Amino acid sequence: MRVNGVPNVRTCIAPLTEGVIVEMQDKLATLPDAEFKGVPKKTLTVDVLVVGAGPAGLCAALESASQGASVLLVDENQCVGGQLIKQTHKFFGSKQERAGTRGIDIAKELEKDVRSLQREGNIMVMTESTVIGYYESENKHRFGVVERYEYQSTLYDVQCDAVILSCGAMENMLLFPGNDLPGVYGAGAVQTLMNVYGVKPGKRVLMVGAGNVGLIVSYQLLQAGIAVDRVVEAAPVIGGYNVHAAKLRRCGVPIQVSHSIKEVCGKNNVEGAVVVALDHQWKPISGSEEYIKCDTICLAVGLTPSTRLLSQIGVQLEFIPEAGGYVALHDRTMQTSVKGVYVAGDASGIEEASTAMIEGKIAGLAAAIQLGRSKNKKLLMQYHKQLTQLRAGPFGEKPRIAKEKIAHEKEKHHASL
Amino acid sequence: MRHYEKTGILSIKDFQVPSKKQLEKGVAILECVQEIPCNPCVDACPVHAISMKDINAPPVNDFEQCIGCSKCVGICPGLAIFVVKVKEQTAWVTLPYEFLPAPQVGAFVKALDRTGAIRGNALVKKVVKQGKTMVITIEIPSDLAMDVRNIRV
Repeated sequence: MRVNGVPNVRTCIAPLTEGVIVEMQDKLATLPDAEFKGVPKKTLTVDVLVVGAGPAGLCAALESASQGASVLLVDENQCVGGQLIKQTHKFFGSKQERAGTRGIDIAKELEKDVRSLQREGNIMVMTESTVIGYYESENKHRFGVVERYEYQSTLYDVQCDAVILSCGAMENMLLFPGNDLPGVYGAGAVQTLMNVYGVKPGKRVLMVGAGNVGLIVSYQLLQAGIAVDRVVEAAPVIGGYNVHAAKLRRCGVPIQVSHSIKEVCGKNNVEGAVVVALDHQWKPISGSEEYIKCDTICLAVGLTPSTRLLSQIGVQLEFIPEAGGYVALHDRTMQTSVKGVYVAGDASGIEEASTAMIEGKIAGLAAAIQLGRSKNKKLLMQYHKQLTQLRAGPFGEKPRIAKEKIAHEKEKHHASL
Repeated sequence: MRHYEKTGILSIKDFQVPSKKQLEKGVAILECVQEIPCNPCVDACPVHAISMKDINAPPVNDFEQCIGCSKCVGICPGLAIFVVKVKEQTAWVTLPYEFLPAPQVGAFVKALDRTGAIRGNALVKKVVKQGKTMVITIEIPSDLAMDVRNIRV
């Protein structure tokens, strides 16, 4: 979508202002030669561009910059931190991954580190800024970046030797009648409303999905004083950690496995929903329908990696179900099939924030090594060891398989060249 | 498939249960049974009673070493650790709590079990803030010591 003439903007997070112009966009905007919306185009040359300032991006930027590379960190939101700023629960992991610290506090710690490197001139941070596309260039990678500052937008022509794409993921939608009614939200949107803006999304919620996101957001809804009628999960088992499920259960919230939402009832907004039991082939069992009264449906049914920019750059993408959809094939240093183009975090396969941070560090360090700014391969090994440890348990199986498939496909692709 | 994977509710068959004598002393019960990459309880324990084979293994508490100090209760990211002490007809359960309003010492609150069902009243004996998690000690009849795991203010 185009907002006030700026192309490729995610409208759901763009601030609403008087007279805002929102337009459909069907192709990539061209990079203007001289000026953009009456403001002269600016040119920036950096060693490393990091797209997305979530856990992976913040760690990538910190790692590259502390090795001496000049870094530009770009994020479309008003503040850095990505999903971390909504995570009011304590994180798992070990001391190294800041276990026991709440996500929101980890974001603050990482931001503090970024700001101190910013003062030293190693990192430049651009928030409320969108990378609008990848453009032709001879030796470097070239991107158009639009910074929206109050009512003025400035176009930057950014040229870099390496780019780390840590642009996260998009929430999955579920098909059912009434899913377009106001009151049907993604779990991430509910978290943003509650934990970032302090707005209650509703009074009574039906949560769809019992993975960690569904369980954690249900608990946060209770903390905000919102009733959770129940959690339904289509799979025959609870997907998230038992400790999260147990927390909800002892607050009196039922969790129904092999159950899903059939439809939403209501004329202008959600007034209730029908839930239905599923058989062992995940098919609805007729006669098992139950009507429940609620004003909010919260969908926590998985995430899909954001790969649009990667796809535009032309890196090799492959559909890996365990990674959440199409992902960029990458090697152990997180480098894609295009030299100098790296991925990290959910954009490289859906996983946890703790592993996203380590992947960010790996990509940031590998980029610095590639540019001759660092020789610290030992540290790289250390990060790999940390990743392997975190993925060793049963909950790490899916990302482990995803990463193995990615490595395998990457080799196959490499051999075919 | 285990029952708790469908319901989210653990039973005392799923985790390590202390002996009667150990309960008299007061020990930490780790209701953390899955292999998840997490170990802050190990680092928090001042007497090294809690151990783990590796970061993914479920934690094990050596009840003989455990002094029931409840440092692990407030640090556990899964809010899955409870200190239980039983003496004759009375039990004291120390549990993590993250809701407002905060319970007041000396007040009666509802005692809830692992399903959220109300099992009676509990007297609030102690409220300690550990970061933003409150660590609450309640007094209940001893027959509910292994059932009550939450409160409602």
